[in-house]
Amino acid sequence: MAVVDMLRNRIQAIFSELIQLLALMFFAINSNAETIHEERSKYRDITVTQVGERRCLLFNVHRGDRNQTCMMLDDPNRLVFDYTRMSFAGLLLQQAPQSILVIGLGGGSIPMTFADLFPSAQIDVIEIDDAVVKVAKEYFQFNESQNMRVFVGDGRPFIKRAGLRGEKYDYIVLDAFSGDYIPEHMLTREFLEEVKAIMTDESVLVANTFSTSRLYDHESVTYQRAFNEFYNFKLPTSGNRIIIAQLDLLPPREELVEASRRLEARLDKYGVNITDYPRRLTTRADWDMSRRELTDQYSPGNLLRGN
Amino acid sequence: MTIEMLGARILSPYFGGSLSVWGSIITIFMLALALGYLLGGKLSTRTPSATIYGLFFVGAALFALPIILLADSIMRPIMIYIEDARYGSLFASIFLFFIPTSILGMISPYSVRLMVDKEEHSGHMAGLLYFISTLGSALGTLGTSFYFVLWYEVNQILWGAVISLVLAGVAVLFFENTMKAEVAVGSGGYAKK
Repeated sequence: MAVVDMLRNRIQAIFSELIQLLALMFFAINSNAETIHEERSKYRDITVTQVGERRCLLFNVHRGDRNQTCMMLDDPNRLVFDYTRMSFAGLLLQQAPQSILVIGLGGGSIPMTFADLFPSAQIDVIEIDDAVVKVAKEYFQFNESQNMRVFVGDGRPFIKRAGLRGEKYDYIVLDAFSGDYIPEHMLTREFLEEVKAIMTDESVLVANTFSTSRLYDHESVTYQRAFNEFYNFKLPTSGNRIIIAQLDLLPPREELVEASRRLEARLDKYGVNITDYPRRLTTRADWDMSRRELTDQYSPGNLLRGN
Repeated sequence: MTIEMLGARILSPYFGGSLSVWGSIITIFMLALALGYLLGGKLSTRTPSATIYGLFFVGAALFALPIILLADSIMRPIMIYIEDARYGSLFASIFLFFIPTSILGMISPYSVRLMVDKEEHSGHMAGLLYFISTLGSALGTLGTSFYFVLWYEVNQILWGAVISLVLAGVAVLFFENTMKAEVAVGSGGYAKK
């Protein structure tokens, strides 16, 4: 008898799993976002989807890449993703940037928010893929203006040239992703030295990276060698890790808390909960410090990521 | 192929990782090889000797040295004077890769000349050479992109290629009186390309 009971239970369990699976599939089909634009550019497949008021930009959907950006059409100011909101944590260190450099346009939400926050600031955006610029303009309300310039090209030579010309930026956001991660030549120590050349003592660097992957250790070691210390910024709700660095010594936490209070009201409409950020910024090293630094000579980024 | 695979790595700090940088590298390698085939074939018509053959390897190694030693002083001025990354990377590829790749290209037709003693064997020998050189290229590509960049620094890999070429050249010169040895070493040197 016991055997029959066991069998019956087993069959019931399998059935209930099957039903759950079917329900899930039905839900998935039902909630499938409507694709409103698809295009194959020189570098990637670009897809724009929309569910209700939520419009999203996706790269390489079929390969399952998670690079994406979304906007709410009924509330375009609001930043939908944690990592875009987290990119403004640098304001805790530099509250009134007059020149801003953003590497990697995506849907343009980061530069647009800067333009809204600091109308008189000069914002330069570097995007390697002109198709992304076109899509950002057509579908994500991104606009160029006198104060907002977009350069189509690779971020690294742009920064190198800016450094040779002696140009400086107050706020630099590194948000360049190609294929499945940050391009290898933008992970190296030499690159960071070139970035440092366009920074002043008042400048802040904000770099968007992933917190999972073996590369995390290598990246952290490289940033540490270049900047001595930096704020590591993670949120429990996000797979991203934001690096915040400056040439000067980092300020004490009380200063960040004060700054966050001053910024709170202005950042509210973007959904940036800035007062929550200071306590999450840490200089504690949670990576394997024995990992090898990435340089132009040694940067097998994509190979390391797989391991 | 090892050098070609590293080309993008060498150029990207100056010209970025855009598609056009890859395009520049491949274009210049192809043009250099084309010219090398032509010159190598031409040279093989007058008094072909194993000494000249061995010198190809050593020469290619010597002209590959600037890639290691002078990369920055070659690419920095090009980057400054040519704003457009496409033409910048094209010129940099010419200065860095054209000469050593041309010399490597001369090896193939010259090998055919040295190896063919009877006319009816020429097709067979050419086929064998294509087989070996293309197989070597495939292995060089795979080894470099999958493993070497994970184990070594870019310049270490380049030194490896240079030393292999010199060794192959020296071996050819050393064994130049032995017909059979030429053939064997010629193939060995080729796999390293």
